[in-house]
Amino acid sequence: MNVLSFVQAFFSDSAHWQGYDGIPSRLLEHVQYSLLALAIAAAIGLPVGLLTGHTGRGGNAIAVVANAARALPSFGLLVLAVLLIGFGLLPVMIPLVVLAVPPVLVTTYEAVRAVDPAPVDAARGMGMRESRVLFRVEVPVALPLILSGLRTAALQIVSTATIAAYVSLGGLGRYIIDGLYQRNYEKVVGGATLVAVLSLITLALFWGVGRLVVSPGVRRR
Amino acid sequence: MNGFFDIPSDLQHSWAGLIGVHLREALLPVAAGLLLALPLALLCNRFRWLYPPVLGVTTVLYAVPSLAFFVVLIDWTGQTELTVMIPLALYSLVVLVPAIADGVRSVPDETLSAATAMGFGTVRRYLQVQLPIAAPAVIAGLRVATASSISLVSVGALIGNQGALGNLMAAAQKYDRPELAANAVLTTAVLAVVCDAALVALRRVLTPWMPRSGRKRTAAPREELLTKGAAR
Amino acid sequence: MIRIDSVTKRYPDGTVAVDRLSLEIPDRSITVLVGPSGCGKTTTLRMINRMVEPTEGRILLDGEDVQRRPVTALRRGMGYVIQNAGLFQHRTIADNIATVPRMLGWGKQRARERAAELMERVGLDASLAKRYPYQLSGGQQQRVGVARALAADPPVLLMDEPFSAVDPVVRKGLQDELLRIQDELGKTIVFVTHDIDEAIKLGTMVAVLREGGRLAQYAPPAELLSDPADAFVEDFLGADRGIRRLSFFASDALELTTDPVVPADAPAERLTAAGAPYLLVTDADGRPLGWRERGSTGGTERLLPYGRPFRPGTDSLRAALDCAVLSPTGWAVAVDADGRVTGVVSQQTIGEAIRSAHTAAGAHSAPARGEDEKVAG
Repeated sequence: MNVLSFVQAFFSDSAHWQGYDGIPSRLLEHVQYSLLALAIAAAIGLPVGLLTGHTGRGGNAIAVVANAARALPSFGLLVLAVLLIGFGLLPVMIPLVVLAVPPVLVTTYEAVRAVDPAPVDAARGMGMRESRVLFRVEVPVALPLILSGLRTAALQIVSTATIAAYVSLGGLGRYIIDGLYQRNYEKVVGGATLVAVLSLITLALFWGVGRLVVSPGVRRR
Repeated sequence: MNGFFDIPSDLQHSWAGLIGVHLREALLPVAAGLLLALPLALLCNRFRWLYPPVLGVTTVLYAVPSLAFFVVLIDWTGQTELTVMIPLALYSLVVLVPAIADGVRSVPDETLSAATAMGFGTVRRYLQVQLPIAAPAVIAGLRVATASSISLVSVGALIGNQGALGNLMAAAQKYDRPELAANAVLTTAVLAVVCDAALVALRRVLTPWMPRSGRKRTAAPREELLTKGAAR
Repeated sequence: MIRIDSVTKRYPDGTVAVDRLSLEIPDRSITVLVGPSGCGKTTTLRMINRMVEPTEGRILLDGEDVQRRPVTALRRGMGYVIQNAGLFQHRTIADNIATVPRMLGWGKQRARERAAELMERVGLDASLAKRYPYQLSGGQQQRVGVARALAADPPVLLMDEPFSAVDPVVRKGLQDELLRIQDELGKTIVFVTHDIDEAIKLGTMVAVLREGGRLAQYAPPAELLSDPADAFVEDFLGADRGIRRLSFFASDALELTTDPVVPADAPAERLTAAGAPYLLVTDADGRPLGWRERGSTGGTERLLPYGRPFRPGTDSLRAALDCAVLSPTGWAVAVDADGRVTGVVSQQTIGEAIRSAHTAAGAHSAPARGEDEKVAG
């Protein structure tokens, strides 16, 4: 009945800490899915966002693509992908990547666009090549916003990766789906708690990375 | 019996009927979220100390997967539409509170002083000055909340056919008919796009003083809001 | 030398930013491009370092077409200063200044030393080296911008409205600093501004451009003030160009008189002797205390204020006239470097000096450029 007692029961059951269905292995699976999806989304979104942001061209196309991608329901995409491709990691990656590309892409584009044009002009005027202007002047200033896009994407992925369990893969969604079918709420709540904790850890990680890689001159403190 | 629009009879709805249910399940929670968020955001701005803890709680709530929410709620509300709508209302709330609070807070101090000097009371000032000026930010929040709500309704299919168009996705898997899944995905996407366009139109009506080509302006806050809603 | 040779910039939409402009920019001096917005002054500047490519015509740097030079090498050989400085907010002040030297392959240590040297040169405290741009005031940031442009010691400095975004007091300080640095370094500076006073104060040569990017007049500032080429230039110079022109005439030829100057402890009969209706009372060291109406009595506290004195030799006729106009007695007080009174001069005498200076300037006068403004600081 009480959510907290479910949480307590779930985590104090030593059976939940061992084996292929134990918390460590499910957590690891979840992190693996999430990292893979984030890496693919970043590999697509970052270069395209940086390039379009730097040149200022293609902003409309990006908005259209991002809005279209945002409108696609993750659950439906997953079912469709499984029906068309069959079971496996790929059909899970499709909805996660579709989910994560828009925030990465749009935020990166906007972040680079939003960089004060004066230093960029100054950089060109002192003879920097375009690639150097992008990576030495624009990116360091745009970094906080770019990171926030990646963070949004990462949080959505972590939360949505639970659907992998629906198509017989692992991850923390396993507890939620299994709990649903077994009417075992302890498992559902336990799984949900783990996902929430993972989200908060993700947040903390991004905060830490931000402290590490963003110049104090940009952070302004 | 395998056409694009041939809906299996066990869904108990026509295609149009599913759309109606989907919109109801997606939009009512957003409306509820908005109604709750308005006073909550006002409180957060009135009592600044309230804002960080509210943000903290909403962040944690937002991190809980929708499916888990649904399952836990079954005990109280059964396998009903309400079970789907309560978490969606919470998610909307989570996105909207910071959107409204930040939007209202971004109203220039001079404007507020001018309003106070003219004799506006707190509530009147909030409703007639701060909210209209914050309207673009509020609409941006509504766009995010609506898009995610429309997408998440589908997950309701997993708790006993409460996912409207999501049920069609589940049925596609059950009967191995990919065209039904494609239908569901496309229909959901079109719903999301149409609702988004309606909100953009609403913003133009509400804020005639803003430049009409507002796309560039609203794109950035959208992501910002998502970040703020989901990740603080 | 930079030669702008019949250069035209036409944009695809048909707007002509610069129209067949030709200018010879002398070495080791400040050439100012001035004009209203839309006159193509910034476009002209940006064509020199190829931030904008001309549609027609050439720009020669030491006889060579800049189009022939690789664009990065060309730009690295020219300092570039813009409005709001355009500092890199993610880099410290020292790193900002060291940008071009580092690009040119200087070692870290050498670049750092160079940055420190330049900070001193532009009047920035060494303690700011590790700060970030947001921690500096607008004026300080602009100094960093100048230092950054000077870092690799380029012979040419391009400055695009560098001081427009700071308040008047800071701007004056920056202008004086630029003149001082220029005295020491002797760069070839091309300076864009919309402020005619700034142009006249800084420029050795001033090019006045009009809308559509056409040259209205190219002349030294004194000549601009005395002989504006047409109504546009005259209008652009403003109503009081006659007064401002006085800045270019030295005040050392003024005939001073010491007759009405008396020390405070002078015998009473001197205070009543015949002559001017006012007496300038000084202290024991000869510094001015104030004016006393002839025949009046009482202590030094009843003296009339003497206003701001001028220094013959360093100050211009404009400063002397200003001093006389502001004085309650109509007399200007001249002092030496230590502030001791060297004499007084009446408005009438100054007026005669102005007339003869104008006559002499029919040829060319030896201008004491903008000196009056310097003393004011």
